[in-house]
Amino acid sequence: MENFSPFVLPFVLGSIALLIICLYKYIRWIRQFDRLQKKALLKNIISIKFLPAIWEMFSECLLHLRITKKNWRLGYMHRSIAFGWFLLILVGAFESRIGTKSDFHYWVAIFYRYFHQTPPETHTAWVLTQIMDLLLLYVLSGITLALFKKIHSRILGMKRATKHTLMDRAIRVSLWGIFPLRLLSESASACLYHNGGFLTQTIGDLFSPHVAEVLEMPFWTLYSIVLCIFFVLLPFTRYMHIFTEVFLIYFRKVGLREHTKLTGFSKFELSSCSRCGMCIDACPLYKDLGITDVQSVYLLRNLRNLEHHKDIIAAGKNCLMCHRCAEDCPVNIDLMNLRRISRDKGELDLTDNYKYLNKVKSFNAIGRVAYFGGCMSHLTPSITESMQTIFKTVGQHYWFMDEDKSICCGRPLLQQGFNNQAADLRRKNTDLIINSGAQMLITSCPICYTSFKKEYKLSIPVLHHTEYIDMLIKKGKLKVKKGDLKVTYHDPCELGRGCGIYNEPRNVLKAVSTLLKTEHEKENSLCCGLNLGNTVISLEQQSTIRNTALDNLMAPHPDVIATACPMCKKAFKHSTDVNVKDIAEIVAENIEKK
Amino acid sequence: MADFGFSISKTRSINLSKSDLSKYEHLLELVPSFKRCISCGGCTASCSARQFTDFNIRKTHCYFRRGQYDKLEQELQKCMLCGKCTLVCPRGVNLRSLIINMRQILTNTNEIIG
Repeated sequence: MENFSPFVLPFVLGSIALLIICLYKYIRWIRQFDRLQKKALLKNIISIKFLPAIWEMFSECLLHLRITKKNWRLGYMHRSIAFGWFLLILVGAFESRIGTKSDFHYWVAIFYRYFHQTPPETHTAWVLTQIMDLLLLYVLSGITLALFKKIHSRILGMKRATKHTLMDRAIRVSLWGIFPLRLLSESASACLYHNGGFLTQTIGDLFSPHVAEVLEMPFWTLYSIVLCIFFVLLPFTRYMHIFTEVFLIYFRKVGLREHTKLTGFSKFELSSCSRCGMCIDACPLYKDLGITDVQSVYLLRNLRNLEHHKDIIAAGKNCLMCHRCAEDCPVNIDLMNLRRISRDKGELDLTDNYKYLNKVKSFNAIGRVAYFGGCMSHLTPSITESMQTIFKTVGQHYWFMDEDKSICCGRPLLQQGFNNQAADLRRKNTDLIINSGAQMLITSCPICYTSFKKEYKLSIPVLHHTEYIDMLIKKGKLKVKKGDLKVTYHDPCELGRGCGIYNEPRNVLKAVSTLLKTEHEKENSLCCGLNLGNTVISLEQQSTIRNTALDNLMAPHPDVIATACPMCKKAFKHSTDVNVKDIAEIVAENIEKK
Repeated sequence: MADFGFSISKTRSINLSKSDLSKYEHLLELVPSFKRCISCGGCTASCSARQFTDFNIRKTHCYFRRGQYDKLEQELQKCMLCGKCTLVCPRGVNLRSLIINMRQILTNTNEIIG
């Protein structure tokens, strides 16, 4: 057979194995989609939504734009390896296709310099050879950076890199080996046949022809074997993300979402994690407490293989659910939901626990807005009082839903994996709100707000009180005076990263005071430490996290620290001499008297 | 007799050396902050579920501490896990964790994965 040599066998077998294993896994996962996910997939399988998905696949799987935005050095490293390799394959296929006269097999594209033993004959062929060398150099620059990162991750701007398993380390070594071996093999061939580009020919000319003749075959064989190792290990290691992310992006675009149990879709999410470790640097438990084994990367790794059950449970519990890692995740994996799945309480999660709530009757609130203070606001009554002052000032009739008896919104239960119990509470609250006929729901607690906004299916608008006040000021219904107060604003996790409400609170604060900038704000804001998501860390550890957040807020020397969450207010209130107030309080104090 | 909403408790004695405290000891390992509890009742006073029922979290964990586990799980099911008790506790006891762990120990269940 022409264009064949035994050394291509490892590569051929490896690539066939890779194809079969991946197909098997993907088909199995798609069959494991739950009913809703299958429905969404069938409904949108051929739709216009495919177009933005293609762009996202290109920008994320190849160009890695999201990583670049966070850290350009890491971005360059990933892009050079992913995009560089992709182009090597693409241009290589094209070059070998037009250069091969007879018997084209797909391995010829990979080992083209070995099979095509003549210098480039045409201008096109010469240009393609130079491009291939340039691309190889591009990939090699990424591999060099990866080696530096292994030695000292801070060079690439990462405080702490992921601690990988043996398999992950083994495949990484094979990845690092592929391109230097390709360079050596092509150089050896270039020495013998003068078919190299600017890079391989220059290195090839350094070999003496005798040496090149001896080394050529071992180099190409080694190159083929290393490719084989990489392909065979790929489906069982973190490099599975290369192909899986493409599918994940498509599935997300056609409307598939995580649900409360591990489904086939979760399998796609779990395998899309490249274990880059960006979630570790982001995590307050690592930054402030030095805890390094509970971060999303490790939870996802164990969930993917469903091994180390004790570790999954322990790591799953120890998380503030501050969304900080989800913000930094370059793959945008629904990390919070996967963590909730790991907390599933199983048999403990009963239904009909809250029959005692049946006697709670709804209120006729037609023409009013419903105001839900939330459990935590009952411990900070100044917030609810301020809100009532504001309602009265603008002449808004309201129904204070939980004025003396408060039913929880259900989110704290949901966060701890009590899905059924949380659903019971949601059902009760939905009944109360819908039957009341209220036209709008306003809440003072970001936890409740997230719950009403994302988990309830209410037909009326849901507003956090900062949104509501911002609306009142914009419409001119509420006149406020701008005092000479200097404030810093603390973005609550659930309101900011959770729901994307960053501007409304700032607008309100700018209307009544001078808003100072802090180092960590908006997406980068720090958790106050009291987030209900965590049931493991101690009071002392919570205080450490709180102090970091407080230092950030105190740095510009404000008169008042403003926040929009009763929990955050509680966290800061007694730990600083500076006054801590909710936005509603500051507004209520600065209402312009007619 | 007039109903005042409260009555005199019956006299009773508990021999702690006879009760099985293994579950309580296990609980202390999982929630060490519970050692600090002084049974002040702040948790019960702030409890959201308490406003609707006779659920008494202080009483419940006191019973647990004495090894009297009867019907505690049914009581604990009333909790909505809102976390007010944890926030008001003057001794920094992690009550939400305590409640979840008490329920898991009493029913001998654990998280389910997959």
